[in-house]
Amino acid sequence: MGRRWNRFQQSVVESQLWKSIFRVGVPNTNRKRVLAMLGNVVLHLHPVKTRKSGVKMRYTWCAGGVTFFLFLVLTFTGLLLMFYYRPTVEYAFVDILDLREQVPFGIMREVHRWGAHAMVITVWIHMFRVFMTGSYKPPREFNWVIGVILLVLTLLLSFTGYLLPWDQLAIWAITVGSNMAAATPLLGIEGPGTGLLKIGDIQLVTSSNDARFALLGGRFVGAGALLRFYVLHCVGIPLIAAFLMAVHFWRVRKDGGISGPV
Amino acid sequence: MSTPQRRAAPPAAAQPPDVLPDGVTRRSTIKWMTLAWVGFAAATGAGLTATLRFLFPNVLFEPPTRFKAGDPQTYAFGVDERWKEKYGVWLVRNTETIYALVAVCTHLGCTPNWLAAQNKFKCPCHGSGYYMSGVNFEGPTPRPLERAEIAVSPDDGQLIVDKATRYLYERGQWSDPKAFVKMV
Repeated sequence: MGRRWNRFQQSVVESQLWKSIFRVGVPNTNRKRVLAMLGNVVLHLHPVKTRKSGVKMRYTWCAGGVTFFLFLVLTFTGLLLMFYYRPTVEYAFVDILDLREQVPFGIMREVHRWGAHAMVITVWIHMFRVFMTGSYKPPREFNWVIGVILLVLTLLLSFTGYLLPWDQLAIWAITVGSNMAAATPLLGIEGPGTGLLKIGDIQLVTSSNDARFALLGGRFVGAGALLRFYVLHCVGIPLIAAFLMAVHFWRVRKDGGISGPV
Repeated sequence: MSTPQRRAAPPAAAQPPDVLPDGVTRRSTIKWMTLAWVGFAAATGAGLTATLRFLFPNVLFEPPTRFKAGDPQTYAFGVDERWKEKYGVWLVRNTETIYALVAVCTHLGCTPNWLAAQNKFKCPCHGSGYYMSGVNFEGPTPRPLERAEIAVSPDDGQLIVDKATRYLYERGQWSDPKAFVKMV
């Protein structure tokens, strides 16, 4: 029995199918282990070697890792929500109610919502840890900048997602929030310097072509704003964030791995 | 006059030819490369401009800022809410005039409610309160509600309200003849 099993095992491992997927063979030497990691698109995302301090929870708090995990959870649950939610004035609010009442596992929206709150918190915790351990210092200063952009993108994801339930709280919160865009220098209708941009008596920047309008697709929070925020929330910002996360993780390794205690 | 002695020229074979066999010269290469880059930059710029312009539609399906508000005599004393839902404007009649208050809170832009029992406008977002005149008296708002331009149409005697033109109390514009309609 044992011999037959071994023969079967060997025939599988030596088959063309197996070898075409796993090129290195049994990773029984250091060299083969490295090659196995580097030759696999999933495994290569993790460093081949990690310093002992890099997995020390009391030092890293794993806040960045938890943030990334939450991003994956939010991507997955968000994708599921997209099967039911329609970003129109007519349907948005009732679809949100139906997601809770009429869909099996009605907590999916709750997972998405609480996960989003948690992600904002863990991003701040991660930033706090990096700051307190001085991990923003050279050679990691560029990665700190990437991290700050990722923080802003996280907040924008939170902001755009807030409108989608289309209840009174959402509409007025976005009304208040998007009014800030009207104060953009030169590009916002109420921004500093905007009044100087005119030809004769004609203002170049008006309420129908300023920064706030570009965000809302209208002069107030309406159907256009709902659709624009939906597209930004589900496609635009996640794509940019995913790209910058790849850069962020890559730079962690290129800048000497997770910083350790001095 | 004697010219300085020229150094011996290096062997001719080491020099790159000025004209390649197919007639391409340094000058023509630079000329065409410049043209190519200028063309590329122009095409990229045009593409970016088109993308940006795409975000600003030609037609807005929003209610117009200027509308006819009916016969002035149909307005009773006090705050009239018939245009609030559609145009975001209250028409207020007092003993002498009718004026149009824009229903946008001057704190952060929510829509206040008219509380008839308490005789005041109250914003549900952060609690700013305004008198019937539009002047603020409570909450975080820094200034009164804005008034819109109002006039009587010479054609049919109806009120015409134009939200695009605003009259601000803090600039002393509420006494402007276009900021109210005199009732006789």
